[in-house]
Amino acid sequence: MARLNVNPTRMVLTNLKRRLRTAQRGHKLLKDKRDELMKQFLDIVRENRRVREEAESLLKSAHSRFLMARAVMNDDLMEEALCFPKMKMTLQASLRNIMSVNVPVLSFDTGNASEGDIYPYGFATTSGELDGAIASFSAAASVLLKLAELEKSAQLLADEIEKTRRRVNALEYVMIPNLQETIKYIVMKLDENERGNLTRLMKVKDMMVEQMRQQRMKEDLEAAK
Amino acid sequence: MYRVGVIGDKDSVLGFTAIGFEAFPAENPEQAERLLRELSEKDFAVLYLTEQYAAALESVLVQFRSRRFPAIIPIPGVQGGLGIGMAGVKQCVEKAVGADILFNE
Repeated sequence: MARLNVNPTRMVLTNLKRRLRTAQRGHKLLKDKRDELMKQFLDIVRENRRVREEAESLLKSAHSRFLMARAVMNDDLMEEALCFPKMKMTLQASLRNIMSVNVPVLSFDTGNASEGDIYPYGFATTSGELDGAIASFSAAASVLLKLAELEKSAQLLADEIEKTRRRVNALEYVMIPNLQETIKYIVMKLDENERGNLTRLMKVKDMMVEQMRQQRMKEDLEAAK
Repeated sequence: MYRVGVIGDKDSVLGFTAIGFEAFPAENPEQAERLLRELSEKDFAVLYLTEQYAAALESVLVQFRSRRFPAIIPIPGVQGGLGIGMAGVKQCVEKAVGADILFNE
């Protein structure tokens, strides 16, 4: 691991220690965030898969019934019949916050309440097949909207998880080791300076003691004369 | 208040008008792309796109992935499904988890 390019001083050491603490705290928080996001994501994506299977099978039957209706009916009449839809789809979208990812929540209202009132045409010129097709389309509507909601949520969460995982890894494998390495380097350097200083002092002291001893010897000699 | 749109070949989208979705028939992928770009600027919360076109417009769909609205959802058209929708879910799992853990049974 590369150590940072800093001066080995006490002040830098304090700063680095503070940064290391912040990085470790951030790492822990992000890791928790990642785990929780993953848990939510798995729930959503399982649901997503189930709803998609359901929606696809519903649509398949709706399409085949609709094709049948087209086959037995005149194209112009068909378009005329569908020209003015009776069901007014009004869609409300709100946001739900999952670990600070805003995912959409769709709620919808089809305007008319009664079940048998979904057909936007009189029955005189249309065939029974079309009725069947419309019925199966309206059965698919709520599943389709649910699918849209889940699929978008899953995509947004997947993006966020990827981002969070990158951050966690960057902290865990680059930032924190770098800081630890640098701190260790500075501590060693400072200790080394300290020892160097100590030996120097001892040396100086030895020299001074020696000097004093010689001075005293000289004085003793002079006194003895 | 949001709207719901369906883009695809005429046979696939016409039926949706009856349930209050707005149908936008497109004859080829280029037209579908134009519609997609145009409608994404309006107040559509969800745009359903038939898989036949979704397959051709994959590079365009990527641009909408991170946007909250509109959610662009591939659905099977009258010609039947190509499995693109499921592949999308699978891709999502792989992106988030790093390995496919839902579909490997």
